[in-house]
Amino acid sequence: MARFFAKHAAFLLLTLLVVSFLVFTLNEFSPGAVGRKILGAYATQEQVDLLTKQMGLDRPLLIRYVDYLSAAASGDLGYSARYKLPVKDVLVKHLTNTALLAAIAFACIVPLSMLLGVAAGMREGSRLDRTILMLSTVVASIPEFALGVFLASVFVVWLHWLPGTATLVAGGGWSAASQLVLPVAVIVLFDAGYVVSMIRASMVEVMQRPYIRTAVLKGLPFRRVILRHAVRNAMLTPITVIMLQINYLVAGVVVVETVFAYPGFGRMMLEATLFKDIALIEAGALVAVFLAVATNILGDLAYIALDPRIRV
Amino acid sequence: MSTPVAADVLTGSPPAAARLRPLARWRRRVAVLGESRPAAVGLAIILVWIVLAILAPTLAPYAPNANDVTALAHPTPSRAHWLGTDHLGRDIMSRILWGARPVLIIAPLAVLGAAALGSLLGLTAGYHGRWVGIVITRACDIVLSFPVIILYMIILAHFGSSAWNIIGVLTLTKAPIIARIVRGMTLDLREREYVAAAKMRGESALYIMLVEILPNARGPLVVDMCLRTGYNVIIIGVLGFLGIGLPPPDPDWGGMVKDTYGMMMVWPHMALFPCAAISSLVVGFNLLAVGLRELGLRD
Repeated sequence: MARFFAKHAAFLLLTLLVVSFLVFTLNEFSPGAVGRKILGAYATQEQVDLLTKQMGLDRPLLIRYVDYLSAAASGDLGYSARYKLPVKDVLVKHLTNTALLAAIAFACIVPLSMLLGVAAGMREGSRLDRTILMLSTVVASIPEFALGVFLASVFVVWLHWLPGTATLVAGGGWSAASQLVLPVAVIVLFDAGYVVSMIRASMVEVMQRPYIRTAVLKGLPFRRVILRHAVRNAMLTPITVIMLQINYLVAGVVVVETVFAYPGFGRMMLEATLFKDIALIEAGALVAVFLAVATNILGDLAYIALDPRIRV
Repeated sequence: MSTPVAADVLTGSPPAAARLRPLARWRRRVAVLGESRPAAVGLAIILVWIVLAILAPTLAPYAPNANDVTALAHPTPSRAHWLGTDHLGRDIMSRILWGARPVLIIAPLAVLGAAALGSLLGLTAGYHGRWVGIVITRACDIVLSFPVIILYMIILAHFGSSAWNIIGVLTLTKAPIIARIVRGMTLDLREREYVAAAKMRGESALYIMLVEILPNARGPLVVDMCLRTGYNVIIIGVLGFLGIGLPPPDPDWGGMVKDTYGMMMVWPHMALFPCAAISSLVVGFNLLAVGLRELGLRD
C-alpha cells in the first residue's frame, strides 16, 4: 500500500511540474506583454519596460519559474489582474461555487446512471435495453450549450418555471435553489448519457459470465442474481470512469457555467484566458491538473476496494 | 485480358478484375451497415449534412453574411426567411447551411490527424516496450490528465484561433487516447505468428508496425474514430460558443448560438435552430458508432 501511494504521489508531482512548466513557458514567453497588459495601450514603452523590470520579468525564464514555484509552495499564488484580488481568494471563491454545483450533479448522476445502466445491461437486446441505449446515445450527443438552450426555451421562455441565469445573487425573486435546477439538469443529462453506456456495456459483459449462468440455473430469483452477483462485478470497470467524472464536473463545466452565468471555476478560467490574467491561468491550471490526477488515484483506490482479488 | 501481371505491377494499375474487387468489397460493407438500424440512421443523417454542405452555395437562399435590414423588426421565421433571421438580419437557414462546411472539414481532418499521430505513438510504445513505451505512455497520461477544455482555452487564447489551430489542438489532445487503444492492441498482436514470420523475413520495424500490426487493429479504431468525430463536432461548437472558435463573421454553429442566446427570452429561434443543427450531426456520428460496434460484436 505504501508503495502504491509513493508511486502515485511521485507521478502526481511529476505531472504538476511538467504542466506548470508548460503553462508558465507558454504564458510568459513574451515578457513585455504582461507590462503592456497591466498598463494599457496608452502607456509609453519606457513605462512598460520599467514595470517589466520592477516585476522582475526581464530575468531568464527558468529563474522566474523557480521563483514562482517557491512562492507557490508557500501559498503565494500572485495577484489576479482581472479580479484585482489575490489569486488565492479568487480561486477559493469560484472553486466553492463549482464544488456545490458538482456535488449536486454527482449525487444525481451516480444513482441515475447505475439504475439505467444495470436495467439496460441485464437483458441485452431487450426493448428496455434498446430504449435506454438509444436515449443515452442521443442525450450524450447534444452539446451542453445546446442542451442548455433547449431546456431554457422550455422551462424559462415557454413555461416561466425557472430562471434563465444562475448568478447565485438573490435577485429577481428566484431562490438559489431554483437557480441551480437548470445547470444541474444540463450537466446530469449530458454526463449521465455517457456513464450509462459505460455501465451498460460492463453489465452486458458480466451477464455472459459462467457464474451468472450458474446462479440462474441453480434456481435463484432473477432479482437476486442481479443484485447479489452481477451489480458488484459490473461496477468494477465503470468505477474508474465514474471517478473521472469528478474531474469533468469541476474543470469541464465551463460551458454550462457560461450558459447560465454561474460564478464558477470554469467561467473564471475562461475570463482569465480571454483577459490573459496570467497568474490566475497558471494557478487554475495547477488546480485542474491536481484534481485530474487525484481523481485518477481515487478511481484506482475505488477499484481496489471493490475487487477483492487485487491487493497492493 | 492477356496483359502480363508484371506489366501491371510496373505501371501500378491492377488488372480489371482486381480493380473491381475493392469496389465490390465497399458495396458489401455499405450493405452490412443497413443491417443495423442505428448505423443506417446515423449514416443517413451524416450523408444529408454532407450533401447540404456541398450544395450550400446553390441551396442557401441568401449570402451567409448578407444583412436584410427590413427583417430586423420581425426576425421570426417567415416566407422570405424560412428559419428567420438573427440579430443582424442575417438569414439563419443560409448561415446553418454554410456553417456545416467548416465543421464537416475540421472535425474529420482532426480525427485523421489524431489517428495518424496516435497510431504511430501507440505502435511504437507497444512494439518497442521498455523505456520508449514508458516515456510515450507517461507523456500521453499527462496530456490526458489535463482538462481538455481548459487546455483549448489556454492554447487558442494564446495563439489565436483559426481553422488550422483548432485542427492542431484537436489532433494533439485526441492522439493520446488513440495511442492508448493502439498500444493495448499492439501489445497483444506483436506476439502473433505473422509478426514473428515478418521478423524472420528481415522486415523493418516500421514495416511490421504499419503493414502487419496496424491493419489488424483497425476494428476498434474505426469505431473510436467515429465517436471522436462526433466529439470533435461538439468541441468545435463549444469553442465557437465560448468565443474562441472560428473567427467571425463567417457562420459557425457554436458562434451563432453565442451571439444570440442572450436574446432567448425574446427570440428563442435564433439560438434554437443552430443548436438543433449541431445536435443532429453529432447524433448521426454517435449512432453510426453504436451501430458499427454492434456489427463488429456480432461477427
